[in-house]
Amino acid sequence: MNSHRSQKLAFFCLLLATLLVVIPVGMVVVIIVQKGLPGISWEFLTDVPRKGMRAGGIYPAIIGTLYLVTGAIVFALPIGLLAAIYLSEYSRDNFLTRVIRLAIVNLSGVPSVVYGLFGLALFVVFFNFGASILAGSLTLGIMILPIVITTSREALESVPEAFREVSLSLGASKWQTIRHVVLPNAIPGILTGTILGLGRAAGETAPILFTVAAFYLPQLPSSIFDQAMALPYHLYVISTQVPNVDEKIRYGTAFVLLAMVLFMNLLATIIRSRLRKNKRW
Amino acid sequence: MVKFEIKDFSISFGAVRALNRVSFEIKANEILGIIGPSNSGKTTFLRSLNRLIDLTPHFKQEGTIHLEGEDLREIDVEEVRRRVGMVFALPLPLPLSIFDNVAYGVRMHGLTHKTRVAERVEESLKQAYLWDEVKDRLGESAFKLSGGQQQRLCIARTLAVEPEVILFDEPCSGLDPISTAKVEDAMVILKRNYTIVLVTNNVKQAARVSDRTAFLLGGDLIELDETDKIFTAPRDERTADYISGKFG
Repeated sequence: MNSHRSQKLAFFCLLLATLLVVIPVGMVVVIIVQKGLPGISWEFLTDVPRKGMRAGGIYPAIIGTLYLVTGAIVFALPIGLLAAIYLSEYSRDNFLTRVIRLAIVNLSGVPSVVYGLFGLALFVVFFNFGASILAGSLTLGIMILPIVITTSREALESVPEAFREVSLSLGASKWQTIRHVVLPNAIPGILTGTILGLGRAAGETAPILFTVAAFYLPQLPSSIFDQAMALPYHLYVISTQVPNVDEKIRYGTAFVLLAMVLFMNLLATIIRSRLRKNKRW
Repeated sequence: MVKFEIKDFSISFGAVRALNRVSFEIKANEILGIIGPSNSGKTTFLRSLNRLIDLTPHFKQEGTIHLEGEDLREIDVEEVRRRVGMVFALPLPLPLSIFDNVAYGVRMHGLTHKTRVAERVEESLKQAYLWDEVKDRLGESAFKLSGGQQQRLCIARTLAVEPEVILFDEPCSGLDPISTAKVEDAMVILKRNYTIVLVTNNVKQAARVSDRTAFLLGGDLIELDETDKIFTAPRDERTADYISGKFG
């Protein structure tokens, strides 16, 4: 086989592999849009579920998911960012910090159902929050902490060392340097990571299963100590636990969930590329 | 008057010795040129004078440097760096406007009064011969300036915090001859009010602007003398070889 032919063969294999990745993703989107879009109406988005979830809308589940995502980020962003600043700017490279870094990487590989059990044991039972938005948000927050920490740390570390040296050489303290030079230039990366974390939190079922999700709760929660419906769990319920739910409702719910997650990922991409364009070094 | 007194000063990184027991003095209001091939310890020495060397992991210092009689290690590191300013090899504006670049250090030291910050910015830009070129565009990004202008902006930024000493680390290595001449002119005039230490790879530059010149080689101080003497009648053969371009 001559080199020209083997090159063609290699191209073909690479193309095939790429298509194998893209096609299923594309099909998921196409099928969900095709079957879900007809079920979407103003009423579907703003009404509570009725007739044992076989009619009505998914408003409480949408709101519940928004609450959970907001709660998760309120918890995970400050802690994750502070930890990232510590790890990238202050900690020395020694055995302990290497173990911490490794632990954070490994945490993002922990199955989400394990986070769910952890949240059940710690927040629901030990802190006695009960199954509530608070417990669910904290559980989701812990699940996305590794994402927030890792992406924030990468963003901080991508700020050129020279900027730090300039600031320090002018007599600014280390904290001033972080506050005025490093952080402002790391914000695009931090935002991107945060939004990706949000998308992940919005779509997970297992962590909220034991900590917050209500099977059927046709009104809005009134405090963070209430249970709430959430989109991923609602989808699971109407697909497997309730017989004879119209396909339009099931795929409509999936469509809303998918749209929310894709919207967040899109937002992250837009912010990143816009701020990168403004990057001046 | 003596500005810096360097005594038996050594720096090593792990097993590598970058500076080897150098001792000399730097006088107030002089331009001291430091020349030498790469890996001679010039930049390491310069970064020791404002303790920027502290950022390098695993460095070890022996001996002392005194700034006006006070051990550098005994002075607050922020104060050391405010009193001993530095201009880096490549122009490195912060990603801020022209104005904010110059105002940065001043603000970090707690000056918030708007008109006084503005006065200090104007003064500093004038001292760095940049004011006339940028006075109508102070709000623009500093990255819009040319390389030579950026380097003078960096000088202005250093001047704004009113240091006593300015360290120049090969400040013209990335500049064209005309910009280089402008930076050199600025240095000669700045000498009246500041002590200047100039590390340069360009032997001719040291000959043009410095009052005294030190020659470093492999971490050792080979020779330090009036610039005229170094360039006309060096005592050490290695100095003669280096400035005549036999090695480098």
